[in-house]
Amino acid sequence: MRNLCFILCALGLAANAAAQMLINGAGATFPYPIYSKWFDEYAKIDPSVRFNYQSIGSGGGQKQILARTVDFGASDGPMSDENLAKAPGKILHLPTVAGAVVVTYNLPGAPKLKLDGATVADLFLGKITRWSDKRIAALNPDVKLPGDDVVVVHRSDGSGTTYIWVDYLSSVSKEWETKVGRGTSVNWPTGLGGKGNEGVAGQIKQLPGAVGYVELIYAKQNKLPYADVKNAGGNYVTPGIESVTEAMSAATIPDDFRFSMVNPTGEKAYPIAGCTWLLVYEQQKDSEKGKKLVEFLNWAINQGESMAAALDYAPLPDNVKQRVLERIKTIQY
Amino acid sequence: MQADIETATTTALPQGHLVQRRFGDRAFKWLTLLMALAVFALIFLIGSELWLGSHLALRKFGWRFLFSKDWNPVSEQFGALPFIFGTLVSSLIALLIAVPVSIASAVFLTELAPKWLRQPLITFIELLAAVPSVILGLWGVFVMVPWLREHLFPRLKSALGFLPLFQGPVYGVSMLAGGIIIAIMIVPIITSVSREILRSVPGLQREAAYALGATRWEVTRIAVLSYAKKGLFGAVILGLGRALGETMAVTMVIGNRPEIAASLFAPGYTLASVVANEFTEATTDIYLNALFEIGLVLLGVTILVNAIARLLLRTFGGAGVKAQP
Repeated sequence: MRNLCFILCALGLAANAAAQMLINGAGATFPYPIYSKWFDEYAKIDPSVRFNYQSIGSGGGQKQILARTVDFGASDGPMSDENLAKAPGKILHLPTVAGAVVVTYNLPGAPKLKLDGATVADLFLGKITRWSDKRIAALNPDVKLPGDDVVVVHRSDGSGTTYIWVDYLSSVSKEWETKVGRGTSVNWPTGLGGKGNEGVAGQIKQLPGAVGYVELIYAKQNKLPYADVKNAGGNYVTPGIESVTEAMSAATIPDDFRFSMVNPTGEKAYPIAGCTWLLVYEQQKDSEKGKKLVEFLNWAINQGESMAAALDYAPLPDNVKQRVLERIKTIQY
Repeated sequence: MQADIETATTTALPQGHLVQRRFGDRAFKWLTLLMALAVFALIFLIGSELWLGSHLALRKFGWRFLFSKDWNPVSEQFGALPFIFGTLVSSLIALLIAVPVSIASAVFLTELAPKWLRQPLITFIELLAAVPSVILGLWGVFVMVPWLREHLFPRLKSALGFLPLFQGPVYGVSMLAGGIIIAIMIVPIITSVSREILRSVPGLQREAAYALGATRWEVTRIAVLSYAKKGLFGAVILGLGRALGETMAVTMVIGNRPEIAASLFAPGYTLASVVANEFTEATTDIYLNALFEIGLVLLGVTILVNAIARLLLRTFGGAGVKAQP
């Protein structure tokens, strides 16, 4: 009898779960913490819908939204024209949050360095091989620089962080743009590859003279020093949530939201930052799901953005927020 | 009457039993055959899937893929040579370190170890096999690599620096570090298999050698190791198979630089690592195809290395048997 009761209860639960709508998404790993926070919070507001997000990487996210195996995709880089042409319908890019990529290093005493784009590019091109180099010294007259060899550390895995980094280097150095270019993985002129932000941070921490790039949060967690970088307005800016949001409001953003926000002209903008996108079809296949998805997107941009800073993401500035909300209105279901 | 029934049952039973056994035997034979064939089917499926997944790259690069040193996702030029080199060299280093260690410990465990020490040692070795590779990789990054950089490598450099193998800047992460971490991972498997093989050497072999007045070392060398040579070689091949495909831990300590350098202190890259590193963010078709082709090359390298190893075994194993009276 008790067994029967148990079975009935289980069936009841199953029926309940079936009534709850499941919306599937897949893609970038960088925004995963904030997205899962959003899904958790949103479950309290609308319990009839459940989100399932697989953080398999931007490449996988783009592929799955193209194949329509998920209801939304996520990517740290905008989709290429080539990939968009393969889509069975129009795919919208909706920016959600942004993050800073910082230049971090291992020098005795962990001094605060000031660097400009040309110097950073020369470090990563292997043209500056010693820390005592004149070009670094000229930017940092107060810092006592050691004669150590520069050891460049970069990401070995394909990553949106790398894309932002090389996008910046390409925008400040012609030589970088022609020799190396932009991509989630590139053919590095010099240096060692560390796996993931934690791998790069770990190697920099151990290796005297190392220099590399990581997302801001990893530099903070590992107590690594990071440089102030000279922006297009000629100011040295400390990376942080405000200076990234500043960069986004200064960036030129086209109507399809496929934009790069590196090296914008704003006075207080930090120049090495990028945003991450959700990818959704303008014409939703399933009207019920489409409706729920649009409700969620509106909530995420209106309410969800305020949770970003606590997780070290930069929220969208108001002008961009309004434009994204306008775009969400065009989704049909 | 009763006797009749008894005879009837006794005569009927074995016949029915026989039929049943024949059927059972046959079913068992087919079932095991099916399972054995499934292994072939699996390898064939993996191979064909990799082949299909890499058709764009196969068409675009042809044989050049195997001999090109370029790996540039931006300009979409792909070549596997530095990765093939890294896979082979890191596995070779691993074998050079792991084989003597494993076989020596297997000999110790079967021939020399006192009983009370045997079981704890075996347990420890098996425990080592159970350490997940990502944990080993983290240990590699935070413990092994700094130690190598500060202690072992500088000593190697000052002692053997005249060899090109031990020249150039020391970063810690390197081909040698990759080889060492693989060695740690394959020692348990080679040791366990070798131990089983040495245990299966008949006691008569040893007794006969002792009877001829051989010392313990001679008994081990002539009667045991020589007798078990083929089996030990098989154990090494099993270890090699694992070494070639080892991914996570290697990626974390090898430096991930697609370069062919003479120095073991220089960073390297392996086939398995590049797939693990770049697969998730590969967005263009040709890039993804090139990564599939790397998988195909890895499968090919594994099969080829195994075949060469077996060929070596046949050539030299034959001579070994002859030397044995």
